[in-house]
This record gives sequence, C-alpha cells and structure tokens, in this order.
Amino acid sequence: MTAPTITITIKIWRQAGPDVQGSFEEHTLRDLDVDMSLPEMLEVLNEQLTRQGKIPVAFDHDCLEGICGMCGAVVDGVAQGPEEKTTLCQLYLRHFHDNQTITIEPFRARAFPIIKDLVIDRSAFDRIIQAGGFVSVNTGAAPDGNVLPVARHLAEQAMDAAACSGCGACVAACPNAAAMLFVGAKISQLALLPQGRPERERRALSMVRAMDREGFGSCGNERECEAVCPKGISIRNIARLNREFLRASLAADETV
Amino acid sequence: MSWFTQTVTSSLGKKYIMALTGLLLGGFLLVHAAGNATILLGRTDFLSYARRLHSLGLPVTIAEITLLLLFCIHAVTGLVLFYRNHQARPSPYAVSRRAGGRTWGSATMAWTGIAILCFIVLHLTNFYFADHRRSLADIVGGILDNPLYSALYCAGLLALTLHISHGFWSMFQSLGLNHPKYDGLIGTCRWILCGSIVGVFLTIVILLLIKRNYLA
Repeated sequence: MTAPTITITIKIWRQAGPDVQGSFEEHTLRDLDVDMSLPEMLEVLNEQLTRQGKIPVAFDHDCLEGICGMCGAVVDGVAQGPEEKTTLCQLYLRHFHDNQTITIEPFRARAFPIIKDLVIDRSAFDRIIQAGGFVSVNTGAAPDGNVLPVARHLAEQAMDAAACSGCGACVAACPNAAAMLFVGAKISQLALLPQGRPERERRALSMVRAMDREGFGSCGNERECEAVCPKGISIRNIARLNREFLRASLAADETV
Repeated sequence: MSWFTQTVTSSLGKKYIMALTGLLLGGFLLVHAAGNATILLGRTDFLSYARRLHSLGLPVTIAEITLLLLFCIHAVTGLVLFYRNHQARPSPYAVSRRAGGRTWGSATMAWTGIAILCFIVLHLTNFYFADHRRSLADIVGGILDNPLYSALYCAGLLALTLHISHGFWSMFQSLGLNHPKYDGLIGTCRWILCGSIVGVFLTIVILLLIKRNYLA
C-alpha cells in the first residue's frame, strides 16, 4: 500500500549571507509523502534545486528526533510550527492539507544574526551559559549518589527546566525577542538543586548581565515563549529567574 | 557602577521598576475612584469631600509630587523598554501569528500606555489646571456634559482597562511572585480591582452625560 501524498507550495526565506538583503522564494513540491517531516521536505526541495542547478536552502538539523534543539524555523508565523510542543523535525506534512501554501522563515532577533537562509547564529546562548550556567565540581573520587538529599518534587521541577534544549524558539516567538524563558530554565534547573546553591547568586547576576549584553529584549510577560516551547517549559521559571536576580541584587555578599 | 545602578539599569531591573511604580499608581487609582464615588452621592457630598481633602494642605502637595514622580518614572521606563524591545528585532516576520500566549491587553501594552499618558494630559488640563474660581462641581459638570469629552473619557477608560488587564498579573510575575497557589486569587483580584476602578469612573461619565444637571 502506498502512503498518501500531497502537494505543498512553500514560500521560503533565502538570504545568501549575514549582511545581504534576503527575500522569499516560492517553490511547489508534488507527491510528497504525508509522513515526511519538515526538514525531510526541505531535503526534497534541495534535490529539486540541485537538479535545476540552483543553490540548495541552508538549514540546521541534527538528531531529527525532537531532542537536540538544532532545527528551528518560523512556519506560518509560529516558531517551530503550528503543532504544540514539537520541534520542526517533529512537524509532519500530515499536519497540513493538500495544495496548502506554507511560509518558512528563520528565527528573527538581533541577538540571533542570520548566517544563511534559515541558519542562524545562536552562540549568544553559549555565552550566557559560559557566564554562569554551570556548577563547579571538584575532581576526585565520585561522591556517594545519595549523600545530598533532594526532595522529589524539586528534582521533578529541576528536570522539567533541564529539558530545555536551547533551540531558541522562545526568543523567536517573543514579541520582544527576549531570552527570559531560556535563561529562566537554565537558572531554575541549577537553583532548585543543592549542587547549584553555592554559586546561586553569582550565577543569577552573571547570566542576566550576559543576557543583556547580547541585545535580547525585555520580557513583557506575554507567554508566547511558553506556547511555542517544544519542551513545554513554564514561565514559572521566568518568575523564579526574577526572584533569583532580585534576591542576588539586594542580598548577595559577593560582587560580580 | 554601584549595585543599585547595575540592578535598575538591567533588563530585569526595569521590569521591577515598572511593577513597583505600576502597583503604586494602581493604589492611587483606587483611592481616586473611591473619592470620586462621592460624585454619585450628589453635589454637597462631593464638594465636602473635596474641601476636606484640600484642607489637609502639605500632605496633599507631597502626595501630588510623589505621584508625578511615580508617573514619570513609569512612563519613561516604559518608553525605554518599548524602544529597546523594538531594537531587539530589527527585521519583523513576514507572517506573524499568536501562538496562544498574547492577549489584547498584553499586545497593546505600550499603545494603551501612550493613550493613558495623552488622556492624563487632557484630564489635568480639564480639572487640575482649570479656573478654580468656579466650584469643582461646576467644573466637573461643565466638562462631562459635553458628548465629545464623554467619548474621550470612555476611550481613556478603555485604554486603562486593557492596560490593567495585563499589568496587574504582569506585576506579580515580574517581581517573581508567581505560584500555583495564588494564580486564582491574582486572576480574581485583577478583575475585581479593574472592574471597581473603571466601573466607578464609567458610571460618573455616563451619569453626568445623561443627567446634565446632576451636580448643579
């Protein structure tokens, strides 16, 4: 039995490099298997473009299992596409109808400059993590796993925050291009656990300053980030970030 | 830079400023609405309330200066945030759709803020800087029996409703006071406060438009 197929017209953003003007290009792809994911559809497009002697579309992806956070684009105005809690690679053509036109453009933010087509530079996130998104651990013999008691509900909350894969959809969806959900998740996953406590204040101050240096916007509490996050990370993590930074600013003994 | 300057100039610091000044301005609005509610009791009660309030003297002047400062800080910080946020995404999306978080209140926050700023200039011109040789009741009655002013005041109240509908909840979130236990309470208080403040003002506007000699 052959799988049903559909025809999709895509309007896709093409930009040859970081500092050149980009524009939309329209392509129609026929007989597409409905079980194809969006990146697979872009591969079909690229084969078609290559056969025509044109330059294929540059886009990022890695695991294609919705885990790694590498893929990402804005599909019909929604970061990571119109399906809830999915990455681009978990968005399948069966979610669209035959002869539909879909618009695909890159995540847009000053802090995420476009490298080419749909590929953006997310190293701003790396620099925020370098500023404080870690715990310092002395090397040596591994400590006993159960030596630090962790309450079950806190472990669960920390794990939920740690699910953030840093895909950047929160920044893309935020009307202000703010990175608060990402930073909130990274601060929370460590602040909730005893291992993160010693550097808690320094971390909050350093990461917020790094975030501001990168040119992200300010959180307007609009909850768009939460709505598009493939991992369903809650804005309660942003409230925790607000608390952590306020506490560190008002009461920290050490200066950063 | 001192820790204080570093805190208030950070992106989160500006949100704390918006939340705290917003809270105090909201508190003022509640008192303002409670005072103005005396209009509903008639000319005598309204004038006696106004007389007693102004007879307090110095505390009223201090409150007025504080209020002006709070308002300026809230407006300037809001405009700075609006400008910075605009800069954070220089090229807009070709297709933009709400994913489910945005509300009318949150999407129009800056615009309703600017509308309220314009409304307050009008409101102060109408009442605060009016010719006070006439009684306050005559000034109020004289302005609000004009349908044009009634429409402008209704528009101002609409902007205020939208602004509070997002601002009240947003204030708690910005200060980190977000907890599942209090979500319901914050949601209910938002509509009770917004409803009572706007309700009182709207009733006054409509009453004075319909019954033109109510304060005469």
